[in-house]
Amino acid sequence: MKIVAICGTGIGSSGILRVNAERVLRKLRIDAVVVAADVASIAEAAADAQVILTSPEFVDVIGRTSAEIIVIQNYFDTAELTDKLEAALG
Amino acid sequence: MTLPPLPESAIMIGADAPDWRGAVKLAAEALAASGAATPAYAREMVRMIEEHGPYVVIAPGLALAHARPGPEVLSDGIAVVTLREPVRFGHPHNDPVRVVLGLASAPETHLGAVAALANVFNDSTAIDDLAAATTPAEVQAIMGAV
Repeated sequence: MKIVAICGTGIGSSGILRVNAERVLRKLRIDAVVVAADVASIAEAAADAQVILTSPEFVDVIGRTSAEIIVIQNYFDTAELTDKLEAALG
Repeated sequence: MTLPPLPESAIMIGADAPDWRGAVKLAAEALAASGAATPAYAREMVRMIEEHGPYVVIAPGLALAHARPGPEVLSDGIAVVTLREPVRFGHPHNDPVRVVLGLASAPETHLGAVAALANVFNDSTAIDDLAAATTPAEVQAIMGAV
């Protein structure tokens, strides 16, 4: 399974999301690859992804995708990430 | 997974900013003061937010200002700016911002830096603690920097 974390640059905030998502997935014993990408390369990055993690600003920009879009409010709140990833993948 | 250096020169406590641009510029000034970035990094960090919106406000009260690694980044570094009066970035959930982090990092060291930041801020009290800090040493202790 592939999960893409999206932000403006593909570093910084999406890197934080990636690191925390990896930690949560390990705890949930879900086998997935998490990559960080910038919003400009979303079509390519998300083509084979099941889930897109991002902030509210990018939902409209992402466009058509078969991936499930999960909006994260607090990037450091692993409880929020756990709940939303479990709901999407569980 | 170590945090980039956080010298005293990269810390501003109780700063005044008129708006989010001013707050981001302070973070850039702090990065420049510590030698991690050139003053032009301010423009790059502001431009990212103008282009993409306030997505850098990644937790309640906390903004992570950063831009792509470019010629403006001189070395890995972070800056911590706490604001006397919080400012609004226009984020739907996480406004107003009391603490602005500035991040400068090269692509190859970037994941280590963000993993270290995650370690600090997975503790949900870290933002409140930073906002309440009154000395650079307190800020360094919260950030786990020496």
